Amino acid sequence: MSRPDDAPPPGADAPRGLDAEVTGAVGHAVEDEVRAAVRQAVSVSVATGLYGISFGALAVVAGLDVAQTMALSLLMFSGGSQFALVGVVGAGGAPAAAIATAGFLGVRNALYGAQLGPLLALRSWHKVVAAQFTIDESTAVATAQRSRRAVRAGFWWTGVGIFVLWNAMTLVGALAGDALGDPRAWGLDAAAAAAFLGLLWPRLAARPLRLAAGAAVVVAAVLIPVAPGGVPVLAAAAVAIVIGQVGPRRRPAAPAAEPGEESR
Amino acid sequence: MTGTTVWVVVLAASAVCFALKLAGHLVPEHWLADERVARTASLVTAALLAALVTVQTVGAGQAVVVDARLPALAVAAVALALRAPFIVVVLLAAATAAGLRALGWG
Repeated sequence: MSRPDDAPPPGADAPRGLDAEVTGAVGHAVEDEVRAAVRQAVSVSVATGLYGISFGALAVVAGLDVAQTMALSLLMFSGGSQFALVGVVGAGGAPAAAIATAGFLGVRNALYGAQLGPLLALRSWHKVVAAQFTIDESTAVATAQRSRRAVRAGFWWTGVGIFVLWNAMTLVGALAGDALGDPRAWGLDAAAAAAFLGLLWPRLAARPLRLAAGAAVVVAAVLIPVAPGGVPVLAAAAVAIVIGQVGPRRRPAAPAAEPGEESR
Repeated sequence: MTGTTVWVVVLAASAVCFALKLAGHLVPEHWLADERVARTASLVTAALLAALVTVQTVGAGQAVVVDARLPALAVAAVALALRAPFIVVVLLAAATAAGLRALGWG
């Protein structure tokens, strides 16, 4: 994530002061960093929230009703898993395949939580609330900050900001999708494919992930005619798990630790 | 799926996703610090998304079909390469497919 205007001033991470003057300067630097984190959070929230419209429209086109669509944005609140679930349901996949696909795509959020835990240093019941807001974008903004106050500000403002806008825009999209009629005439089936490609794109920067993606395309295409709905996608995940165990002894792929801001 | 089945899927999958998020915050840090876990998780994410792109682009039930979705995906890829925002990418793909179909193809 680039943030040329929001970079904290040098010294924002300086150790806490030896005398009042230094403490005051560091205090101002932290204030500046917190404000920068909040600005960053708001811009990421607006950009991400907007495409909640496409999720809402695609969900009702896939056969969910407005209430089910809203339940996903409120309760699941993880874009990749949400798009995947409606994709499998729309393709006529089995219930277990839909749950498993959404679940596998949610595994990376567990890694984000483990990464955020020591940075946020929250009390136990706060962790339960923070868990729901643990997504690609809130992790990316939080981990880009230096001081704990800025980490917390970045995390909460991004997580809650996206939650509010994502749900509002999901409702708009669901109501619009309901009114559209034939989804193919509007190209909404192609829009769903593009949405998955948009989520995949930032991950393709790392070579091992390009290879896994290429293998997944082949496995899924070969299995579509012979396997029931949902299975081609899960088989691709199984291949990736195998690659992960025997995989190259090169450096580990970065995106798990550095989520991109467009990767939701 | 019936409406009730969809509700079960929505609620069960949401519970799984929340449990995963919470587990990350609660487990001791070193459990998930294993390099192989992180590597596998990122590989699985990329593979799932790539497979979903494939199924959504050429799948039609149990048939592989080339139609307006494929050129639409190509347009989306170009837009992504040009760093267009997500919503623009999605709209361009929809417009491409809708336009081709209005012209009578795919």
